[in-house]
Order: sequence, then C-alpha cells, then structure tokens
Amino acid sequence: MIKLDNVVKSYQNGVGAINGISLFIDRGEFVFIVGDSGSGKSTLIKLLLKELEPTEGTIRVNGVNLARMKKRAIPKYRRKIGCVFQDFRLLKDRNVYENVAFAQRVVATPTRQIKKDVPAMLSLVGLAEKYKSFPRQLSGGEQQRVALARALVNSPDILLADEPTGNLDPKTSREIMKLLEEINARGTTVLVVTHDQDIVNTLKKRVVRMQKGIIVGDKKESGYIG
Amino acid sequence: MRLSTIGYCLQQGIKNIWRNKLFSLASTATMAACIFMFGVFFCMVQNFQHILREVEEGVGVTVFFQEDTSEDEIREIGEQLRSRAEIREIVYVSADATWEEYKKIYFAEAPELADGFASDNPLANHAHLEIYMKDVALQQDLVDYLSSIEQVRKINRSDKVAEMLTGFNRLVSYVSVAIIGLLLAVAVFLISNTVAIGISVRKEEIGIMRLIGAKNSFIKAPFLTEGITIGLIGAAIPLGVLYYFYNRLILYMATKFDMLTGVLDFLQVNELFRVLAPVGLILGVGIGLFGSAFTIQRHLKV
Repeated sequence: MIKLDNVVKSYQNGVGAINGISLFIDRGEFVFIVGDSGSGKSTLIKLLLKELEPTEGTIRVNGVNLARMKKRAIPKYRRKIGCVFQDFRLLKDRNVYENVAFAQRVVATPTRQIKKDVPAMLSLVGLAEKYKSFPRQLSGGEQQRVALARALVNSPDILLADEPTGNLDPKTSREIMKLLEEINARGTTVLVVTHDQDIVNTLKKRVVRMQKGIIVGDKKESGYIG
Repeated sequence: MRLSTIGYCLQQGIKNIWRNKLFSLASTATMAACIFMFGVFFCMVQNFQHILREVEEGVGVTVFFQEDTSEDEIREIGEQLRSRAEIREIVYVSADATWEEYKKIYFAEAPELADGFASDNPLANHAHLEIYMKDVALQQDLVDYLSSIEQVRKINRSDKVAEMLTGFNRLVSYVSVAIIGLLLAVAVFLISNTVAIGISVRKEEIGIMRLIGAKNSFIKAPFLTEGITIGLIGAAIPLGVLYYFYNRLILYMATKFDMLTGVLDFLQVNELFRVLAPVGLILGVGIGLFGSAFTIQRHLKV
C-alpha cells in the first residue's frame, strides 16, 4: 500500500529533514510514527500527501510512483487520502454539517449523496446532534471528530493523522484514538504521527520511531519505543 | 463540472464579495466610473460622427472647366467620375442654372439690374460639376485627380468645416482613449486587490481544499466569479444611468434649444445602446475576468 525506498528530503538550505528511509505499510495496517520534534515525522506526512517532493528515493502508494504522477492527477490522488491535524483546520465560518459536506463538494459529489453521507459520518463520530454548531461552539475533542468525519466522508484508502491528539486532554485523546481504531477496523489504513506515549502504549499497534530523519525502530504490537 | 458544483462556486464567489464589502464596493465604484466615462465618450464620439456625416453630406467639390469644353464633354467627365468610390453624388449645373442661382443671391434686391444680361449670360463659361463626397477625408485625393484632367480649369472645395469637425472628433477620441485607459488600469488594479484580499482571507480554506483533493478549477472558480460579478455590476449600473440621462438630455435639448433642431441632430438612445450596452457589459466582464485571473496567477499557486 505505502512503500518508501531510500527516501531523502533535503530543504533548500541544505538541512536534511529525512535522511534515507525505507518503509512498507500494508493495506489495513494501523501504524504509529513516533519521534521527537524535528525527527522528520511531519515531512513524511507531507511527502505522502505530495505536498513535497523527495530529493532522492521513490514513494509508491497503491502501486503508483508519486514522482511520476502528473500535476493534474494530484487532486484525484489526494481524494484517496484523508488527513487530520493537531489544529483541526476546520472552516470557522461554517457549521459542522457544512464542514463535512465541504469535502464532498470539493470532489463534486451530487447534493443528494452529500445529504446521505454527511449525517451518516456525523453519527459515526458521535456528533449527529451537533450538525448545526459552529467550530467555536465545540470542544477540542468535538472539533477533532468533525475533522475526522471530513477526512473520512469520501471513503479514503488511507487516513493520515498528524498529532491528532496534540491539543486534547488525555480522556478526549483516548476517545479519538478509539475512533481511529474503529475506522481502521472498517478497512482503512491508518497512519498516526504522534509523540503521545500513553496513547501509543495503550493501543499496542505497530510503532515506527524516527530520529534525525531516519528510522531507528520498527516494532509490531509495540509500546512507545524510547 | 457538475451543475451543483458550478452553483456552489458561484455562491462562494458572491459570498467573497460580501466578505470583502469595502474593497468590493471600491472596485465596483471604480469600474462603474470607468464604464460611465467610456459611455459618455462613446456617446460624444458617436454623436460627433453622426453630425460629421450630416455635414459631409453637404460638403462637396465644385469643378469648373476650360472655355471650349462642351456640355457633353463635361457630362462625360461626370460619368467617368461616378465610378470613384469616395463620390456619393455628382450634379451637372449648366451655365444658365449657375446664372439663375447667382441672380437669386446677388440681385435679389434689384432684379432689374440683372435684366441687362438677359441675352448675354456673363457666366457662360461657368457650367460646372458639383461633387458630393461619401468620405470627406478622401477629398484631397479627388482634388488631385481632378487637377490632372486637362479640361479642368478651377476646383473649389468646401471641406474646412468638415476638416475642423474631423479634427475635433479625433481629439475627443484621443482624450477619451487616454482617460478610459487610465480608468481601466485603476479598475484592474482595484479588482486585483479585492481578489488578492479574498485569497489571503481564504488561505486556510484553500489549503484545506488542496488537501482534500480539489481541482484547480474548483479553487479558482469563486475568485473568477467574484471578479466577473464586480465587472458586471460595475458595468450595468452606469449603463442604466447613462440610458436614463441620455434620454433626458435629448428631450431637454429638443425643448429648450429648438433652434438647434436640424443643425445638431443627436442619435436616438436605442441606436446608441445597440452597440454601447453589449460593448460596456463585455468590457466590464472582461476587466473583471482579467483582473481576477491575473491575481489568481500571481497569488494562488495551485
């Protein structure tokens, strides 16, 4: 599903964010990417989203070499990848329903279909009652649930979560992770970038540890690799 | 693009205008001023041209011939001239008719004085051709050609008024092009600024759109809609105002300055707007489209 071969990413100032990593993530896997700040975790996410191009190496997603992907094919590729972020990135001037529907409008889903999918997705993340609320009226956990609903409403193959619990309290963090597990159980490959040790230790999933742009550990059903 | 997506993009474009009310208003006002000025100058130029055409119809060249040139020869020369494209009409005026006309003007108060010439036309050698032009600007070419005809003795031309009008019309055209050009540049600049602000305000939204997999067209469409809408409104308002006031002006001139009727014959509003309305609207939409497309190109790397 996701295959990285000797991937290097150096920025223009010569600083290397990723210094040669190889990684394989299979369909339906749940993987934590852990590491300190500056270890290259977020760069990895950007490379997978094709926001950045690797300086060396190849990245294949669903068998497609991202380096050979034409510019006009990028939007279609991104539709197969859902993503959530630490800061939620919701549209503040739109309510919960509109925020989730927005993801479907962008990909030109018929309105009839949107009216079916959005309530279903909001039920999945437990926000069916709050579809009229605006982001400012929601707690951090609720906002992250909306972001998750938006990421999942187009049924992506892969879900990338960049520090999804970074702004949440421990209890809410656990709820979000439980939701991610459920999503994974439905067949979506989930890749979570985090440095939340508790969460990683609780879930016992595959853990890839990065340090200074390289992979220093990769263990299945592991706790936080220190 | 699906119909619902087009509708969504249009809706977002209109919302953009509302979000940047002040800048949108400034852009629309400048656009309106620009199209209004364009309309005013267009009306002026069109009316000048109309009046010029009227004057040109009365402007002509009078050709006199050598003493021994017969009426048949003069008429033959007239027939040959008729094939020239710049000539609208040729009238042969005999020596007798010339004398009659002369008498009317110069012996009107003492016709008995003219009776002395009853049997001896003093203008016997003044049979001539009156030539009326289609385009007064080509009069010099015709005069040059006439001068080369052996039998031609003298050519009188009366194109000074037309020349003056043509010159004035040209001046008005140049001034209007300069002013309109300046206003167009200001309008493009303001629309570009409005759209640029819209882009910066929606930077986060655009970023999310990209991550979700929005196509470039989906991201750009609301901003293009914004520019086009500003252009359209900015054009429609002054056109409406011009339509109303032009009508009133014609009516006012006709009632208050009735002695000018026949001298200054203005174009009817419908005649003018048959061209002005589509040109003004296309201009407004074009400026809006250009201003927003230019800004998207600069500020929205998608």
